[in-house]
Amino acid sequence: MDPALLVEWLVKSGVIIFLILTGFAYLTLFERRVLARIQVRIGPNRAGPLGLLQPLADGIKLLFKEEVIPDKADKVIFILAPVLTVIPAFVLLAVIPLGPEISILGRSYSLSLAGDVNVGVLYLLAVASISVYGIVLAGWSSNNKYALLGGLRSAAQMISYELVLGLAFIGPILLANSMSLKDIIQAQSRVWFIVLQPIGFLLFLVASIAEVNRAPFDMPEAEQELTAGYHVEYSGMKFALFFMAEYGKMIVVSFITASLFLGGYLGPFVDKLPLLGPIYLLVKVTLILFFMIWVRATWPRIRYDRLMALGWKVLLPIGLLNIIITAILVILVGGY
Amino acid sequence: MSTQLILFFILAVIAILSAIGMLVSKNSVYSAMFLVLNFVTIAVLFLLLNAPFIAMVQVTIYAGAIMVLFLFVIMLLGTDMAAEGISMPWQPPIAILLSGALILEFAFILFFAQQDVLPQIEAISAAFGSPQSIGKLLFNFYLLPFEVTSVLLLVAMVGAIILAQRETG
Repeated sequence: MDPALLVEWLVKSGVIIFLILTGFAYLTLFERRVLARIQVRIGPNRAGPLGLLQPLADGIKLLFKEEVIPDKADKVIFILAPVLTVIPAFVLLAVIPLGPEISILGRSYSLSLAGDVNVGVLYLLAVASISVYGIVLAGWSSNNKYALLGGLRSAAQMISYELVLGLAFIGPILLANSMSLKDIIQAQSRVWFIVLQPIGFLLFLVASIAEVNRAPFDMPEAEQELTAGYHVEYSGMKFALFFMAEYGKMIVVSFITASLFLGGYLGPFVDKLPLLGPIYLLVKVTLILFFMIWVRATWPRIRYDRLMALGWKVLLPIGLLNIIITAILVILVGGY
Repeated sequence: MSTQLILFFILAVIAILSAIGMLVSKNSVYSAMFLVLNFVTIAVLFLLLNAPFIAMVQVTIYAGAIMVLFLFVIMLLGTDMAAEGISMPWQPPIAILLSGALILEFAFILFFAQQDVLPQIEAISAAFGSPQSIGKLLFNFYLLPFEVTSVLLLVAMVGAIILAQRETG
């Protein structure tokens, strides 16, 4: 194996982990500040300038908290569950190109960890389908009925919305005639897929918010009825890991949305200045994250049976219809 | 030894250990999780065989969808601990007999009848396991089995809906 390649992979993995970790820390601050603004409050602004040191303070606080493991809990799975929840959030980003190919010192580097994977979209689906385990196991191993209910709810919810998510993936795949994310982004050089796939985009947006268990679909942790759902027995750093997973997934889902429907790293002058690519992508991701927080601040949580009905009786048929229409149009007009 | 071979042996050991773990676990949640680990290991083996599509589908469908449903049912019914006291005295002899027959059959094919069973296949191209080639095979050569399977799944789905339907009146 080429040692230079190994170093390249290590550096890229480091960058991805750094991106998710700092992204997680500052997304919590971003969310609290935006929520506060929407609710006509000020939000955390004491720790450091503009409250910029607040995530650090929170992290230190959580590190020094006592870790409580309930007496009747299943210890092995109780400890394993937060880890299983966090890993998918970290590995998802591997197939997403953060920018066009960049050449430094005569070598060209693709700005994604895995390079150009021809089953990139399927990889995203596969990892997303695994990510439900951490939450379900956390709920079960806590030996607490609220936690178990939260875990079961999340299992049902994530299975249901994964289908819609998968159906929404198919539109861009059909248009780009490829499952590689690089090809899908390149196919959007003329017009973004949000224009050609408006229904697909909306489906994806709704399904992805449900998939990361965000409001208004935050059933698994509905505070008023389940105290906090699956992580009610967790404390200290293990509790923080669940939050890291939730916010990490928010970030990754935003990256996926931007890549599939908003042209990814594409933007004016990217072909001349490739380093602009990651900047465009980050701007798009920040806008989507802002949208998610905005939704949380303005929409009430929907009832659990309505949530399942929405997934199976409304979104799924629309998704199937969208695929049929897209497929017919691609045959008649031709894809990109 | 090549990297591939080392990877294969590591994966094989994990696959076998997780399969054994699944069998001997007293707690059915542990069994289910060992099975998930087994499925994921098999998926990585598919990756080594240059079949990324099958690998991803294996994870999505078996490890993702089916096992989550299993886990869901185990937790919902509260059958996480193997029921003690219920013994099935007829089960072990039959299991030993059947698995012995399977191993014998396996050994026979491996050592004596390999040429007759395996058709002579040509060297496969690198694109063999790509989504495109699998799609083409499924929708041309294997169209009838594919459609029959889909009808079967539809029937199962209709059956499940009818069973779960609430009685009216």
